[in-house]
Amino acid sequence: MAAADAAPNRQDTMLAFAIRRLFEALMVMLAVALIAFALFRYVGDPVNQMVGQDATLEDRAELRRHLGLDDPVIVQFGRFITHAVRFDFGISYQLKQPVTGMIAERFPATFELALAAALFAVALGIPMGVYTGIYRDNWLSKVFLTVSLIGISLPTFLIGILLIYLFAVKLGWFSSFGRGEVITVGFWRTGLLTASGLKALVLPAITLGLFQMTLITRLVRAEMLEVLRTDYIKFARARGLSDRAINFGHALRNTLVPVITIIGLQLGLIIAFAIITESVFQWPGMGLMFIQAVQNADIPVMAAYLLLVAFLFVLINLIVDLIYVRIDPRIRIYGKGSQR
Amino acid sequence: MNDARLPSDVHDPAPGKETSATGIWRHRLALFRDSDLWQSFIASRLVMAAAILTALLIGAAFLAPVIAPHDPYDLKSLELIDADKPPAWEEGGEARFLLGTDDQGRDILSTIMYGTRASLTIGLCSVLLAVAIGLSLGLWAGYAGGRIDAAIMRVADVQLTFPAILTALLIDGVALAIFKRYTLEGGKFWILVMAIGLSYWVQYARTVRGVTLVERDKEYVQAARLIGIRPVKIMFQHILPNVMGPVLVLATINLALAIITEATLSFLGVGLSPTEPSLGTMIQVGNKYLFSGSWWMVAFPGLTLALLAVAVNLLGDWLRDALNPKLR
Repeated sequence: MAAADAAPNRQDTMLAFAIRRLFEALMVMLAVALIAFALFRYVGDPVNQMVGQDATLEDRAELRRHLGLDDPVIVQFGRFITHAVRFDFGISYQLKQPVTGMIAERFPATFELALAAALFAVALGIPMGVYTGIYRDNWLSKVFLTVSLIGISLPTFLIGILLIYLFAVKLGWFSSFGRGEVITVGFWRTGLLTASGLKALVLPAITLGLFQMTLITRLVRAEMLEVLRTDYIKFARARGLSDRAINFGHALRNTLVPVITIIGLQLGLIIAFAIITESVFQWPGMGLMFIQAVQNADIPVMAAYLLLVAFLFVLINLIVDLIYVRIDPRIRIYGKGSQR
Repeated sequence: MNDARLPSDVHDPAPGKETSATGIWRHRLALFRDSDLWQSFIASRLVMAAAILTALLIGAAFLAPVIAPHDPYDLKSLELIDADKPPAWEEGGEARFLLGTDDQGRDILSTIMYGTRASLTIGLCSVLLAVAIGLSLGLWAGYAGGRIDAAIMRVADVQLTFPAILTALLIDGVALAIFKRYTLEGGKFWILVMAIGLSYWVQYARTVRGVTLVERDKEYVQAARLIGIRPVKIMFQHILPNVMGPVLVLATINLALAIITEATLSFLGVGLSPTEPSLGTMIQVGNKYLFSGSWWMVAFPGLTLALLAVAVNLLGDWLRDALNPKLR
């Protein structure tokens, strides 16, 4: 380490940066855990939720002791965290099942939906952005931009209802309810391998991905417009490179850094909006589970979802931060040795 | 602006009392007509259309008790035989229910008016709450600096990593769980305002802090500090006017977002209850009847929500461009 101290290199500052970010992420998780714990412990009496109306006082006291509710709060918080780290979130008040099992059952549904939505957004958004960036005043570009304006200003649930009315009620092309037929592969229940499962996936995926698609379109377009004005593109044209090589080999490539970052950060947004989409389409994922938990004041499920989502967000942000520093050396890491 | 003079005042050394009063007003009007704000307003037909639409919707919403043909809150007037009627121009529709009726026989047009009022009120209240929190924290962070600044901005950063709609949903869910036992009259209204307001304060705080950091070191603030004016007064009376422009722009765009958030939460069944019509609850109820072909129950409230959101958004975009000197 002595050599490193004498001449701090990028690797070391990178490590320091990563450690600091990791520490911050831990603090955020601790704060969220505190909220979840407070919710669990103080909102609604866990004992009342677990025993029947006719339980005697002795039964209740016994259960309290068994659950450890008489211990000091700090001990209970510690126990809550150790349980949470081992993915033990207790029993759902509503369904009387372990919350972990409920989540494991619903996670594949949400994951497949989010993946399909993200693929839809990227596969359509990037070409549309490139096209509108190259042919600025073309009528097709205007159509794309108008569509993207609608995608940005209409609320998700309205888009979902509109799609259901058009393609499920009127035309009857796709189903609008649930996941269709699912096949169990190991612990994973997938709807991607059956025709009805794929058909059921289309409308929810479009609903969920539309906002991201418009965002990517507009971002790629703005970046393309900017890059196409730069000197090195002009120089490439002067050298007589083909349009194709310039547009895709040089221009698009240089727009990808911000686009990748945004896509990464958008993963979180997709998970948030999955709650709405799942609710519109009665998609049996974690979002629908959370909404039902809120409606029924099912605190263990709420607490578990809160922790999981927070964890996912913190993780995504951490990764995006680190990748960003890694791929773009112009970004300065403040701290020791950053002058280099 | 108070001592603005007409050019003719300069040439006429002794204007009458009456003419100068109207003159000043005429001059102010002329100033307003020449201002960039007004010029850019009339330059864009789209913005004018958005403004007229917004005014119409707000007017219809807040005059609902006077001009609505029916009262959706008056349970006595509801007849189940009137339920599920299509709009007047469709077969089976009646002229007294222009846009049809819902599953309980409420007139859709009247319910939309009352519902828009509820949505707008919640939107406005939550934006006010967000502005109040964001302004105060932003001023405090920018003016105090140091650890207070770092702490407030760290919290803001963390909250910014979560999408606002998710934060609103979580606060709403937690609040509903806490207050389940005390479902007061109108309690859900305030839960919604709190959930939405607490989710959107970060942008205000960041903007206000940025401006405050710059203004803090200017001479007028130092002078005010030197003559012993209390910090709170300096913040709110001297620094605050400098941030009102950007805050106004943010608030307008935020209003559209807040209305959409309210509708979304109500649609998800964690907002207002179906007996209190808002655009979101109407869409939620109508959605159940979509498959039986009763499209009007969801189409008209949905259209109203979309128009309101787009119109307010357009106004916000225009304000942002018109007030931003860099874009001229």
